[in-house]
Amino acid sequence: MLKMTRVIAVALPMLSGAAYAQDTVKIGYIDPLSGGGASVGEGGLKTFQYLADELNAKGGILGHKVEIIPLDNKTNPQESLIQAQKAIDAGAHYITQGNGSSVGAALEDFVTKHNTRNPGKEVLYFNYAAVDPSMTNEKCSFWHFRWDANSDIKMEALTSYMKGNAAIKKVYLINQDYSFGQSVRTQARKMLGEKRPDVQIVGDELHPLLKITDFSPYIAKIKASGADSVVTGNWGQDFALLLKAAADAGLKVNWYTYYAGGAGGPTAVKQTNLDHQVFQISEGIPNSGNEAAMEFEKAFRAKVGLSLWYPRAVNEMRMFKAAAEKANSIDPVKVAAALEDLKFDVLDGGSGVMRKDDHQFFQPIYISSFGSRSEKEPFDEENTGWGWRLVAKIDTPQTMLPTTCKMKRP
Amino acid sequence: MLELIVISTLNGVLFGMLLFLLSSGLTVIFSMMGVLNFAHASFYMLGAFFGYQLTKWIGFWPALVLAPLLVAAVGMAVERYGLRNTHKHGHVAELLLTFGLAFAIEEIVSMIWGKSPVDYRVPAALDFPALTVFSTNYPAYKIFMLAISALIFVALLIALKRTRVGLIVQAALTHPHMVGHLGHNVGQVFMLVFGVGSALAGLAGVIAGPALVTQSDMAALLGPILFVVIVFGGLGSLPGAFIASLFIGLVQTFAVALNGSLASAFGPLDPSIGPSVLTDIWNVTIAQIAPVLPYVLLVFILIVRPMGLLGTRET
Repeated sequence: MLKMTRVIAVALPMLSGAAYAQDTVKIGYIDPLSGGGASVGEGGLKTFQYLADELNAKGGILGHKVEIIPLDNKTNPQESLIQAQKAIDAGAHYITQGNGSSVGAALEDFVTKHNTRNPGKEVLYFNYAAVDPSMTNEKCSFWHFRWDANSDIKMEALTSYMKGNAAIKKVYLINQDYSFGQSVRTQARKMLGEKRPDVQIVGDELHPLLKITDFSPYIAKIKASGADSVVTGNWGQDFALLLKAAADAGLKVNWYTYYAGGAGGPTAVKQTNLDHQVFQISEGIPNSGNEAAMEFEKAFRAKVGLSLWYPRAVNEMRMFKAAAEKANSIDPVKVAAALEDLKFDVLDGGSGVMRKDDHQFFQPIYISSFGSRSEKEPFDEENTGWGWRLVAKIDTPQTMLPTTCKMKRP
Repeated sequence: MLELIVISTLNGVLFGMLLFLLSSGLTVIFSMMGVLNFAHASFYMLGAFFGYQLTKWIGFWPALVLAPLLVAAVGMAVERYGLRNTHKHGHVAELLLTFGLAFAIEEIVSMIWGKSPVDYRVPAALDFPALTVFSTNYPAYKIFMLAISALIFVALLIALKRTRVGLIVQAALTHPHMVGHLGHNVGQVFMLVFGVGSALAGLAGVIAGPALVTQSDMAALLGPILFVVIVFGGLGSLPGAFIASLFIGLVQTFAVALNGSLASAFGPLDPSIGPSVLTDIWNVTIAQIAPVLPYVLLVFILIVRPMGLLGTRET
């Protein structure tokens, strides 16, 4: 027995030393890697791979190597469930997904069911970009954590900003026809109605998701409506092509967007020549002025060749590590418990918190505009020469919207 | 309102002409060989990517000529070494071949050029607003697209109606065996037609690439609507394809411009009914159903006039 203990005593330090512990932490990355959403999905994948490399360079999570498993869901909820099962079969206890709230809702439901049926083999769903509010409200799940501000929080911040801007008189809403786009449209109507009852909503458009190749007909309609501002939740090619058509037609309005910074977006904005007339609401921008964040941005760009579009992914992966260390385990149930109410200093500065009630992460929110840069703004986007400029910052406490979530804990 | 109508008409005609460039080749191939070429839209995509690559190497104008020729070569090779060999196994085999080919081309394209949209830009010489309708600019490039499509339509019509080759093609459309018995090389005619059809699709790709989006799913986005056009217009009928293309282009564009819904026509539903499927249907606007309209038209025309607008035989 004594001999045995000696062997263990010698072997243990070897295990936790330079070599990784036996199991790797596998994270299934389920997002579009083909089809209309591919440009966004590929960027996300590169970001997560970079972040995994970053963690691994510092010894991984509790000595476990972190591995990202790329899985193509073609932005399709059904396909996503197949891919989630594939991830689980490959030994992943964590999945991460962002593009498309319809996919997000399906995955949240899938993970909840899976964990009820397979106790001891739980899977956590880390959501870095699906922003349908229902996922942390009526449909909330203990197994789901969201790092992006949900669309209500973003709209709350955006309309608070628009409230102080008297030049806005006629607003046009154009959104993708699925859960997220519909929620942007309803919230914009509701919140603008409360904060700026004098603003006229001159158009309210829903178009098919990632299927339009030419937005000229829609632009003609916006022009005819006499709008001075457009609010859109469009992302990916739906944003780039919308702006491209606007540029062709010479439409000059202010654009209030969720995702102008996505792949192809900045190029399209530059083509329209709308200098600081396209606004974006996000949890961080490259030219934030925060030193650590700008250092990270520089290193990220040098290695990946893209600008950091998901500061929330950085928060997600770093918080995952912090939670695992707090729980001293990579067991999903323990990590989930450790994540609840975990406070974390976010990449762009300031403190955020993963609210226990609904597993929504709250963090400072920024409104920025895209256009020509000053000396203090070193980063441009997509080689356009233009970059993001900080317009307004909404601190964490002001973003705390109430939730209707009644969390069922295991 | 007038501005919206004029702009929508221009946009609709433009989209229609683009559809025509694609459907003209498809409809002639279909009626000649009896095979619905599922890979036709893939040739359109190849055209766009060849156009993009050649533009990078040698500039847009040479690419405008070379890319369609390259696509024609690919098309003829497919006919000569693919379709002709499978022909003896019947139409199903040919259909499956083109079906598989469509997927293969998509995968190959995304392997070479990636899945993100490529930066295929309008040539500088055409990158200015050509005319201003009221206050909306209409880009010169779109006018150029219109001109090219119109030119092709006229050229095609003359080639088919006024030349000897056209005569043989027309004869082979309806009586391929008879044409063969008269000593014409029907195989070669097929290959030629397939090549020209592919070239037209390629040309459509080269000119549509910068205006729309050039990426590996562009074939899948446009493919289904082509079948609507050729069935709607009538198989083998060029004027039919022309009318159907314009019609569908205009219908889609104008549907987007309209805001009407059942609610706006008959007033909102009684609120006591509450939110249900019915209120969803009641409030849906014509703009929202615009993408479905062509397929509704397809079903409608198949019921009312199975041979299509100007077709002579049943689908």
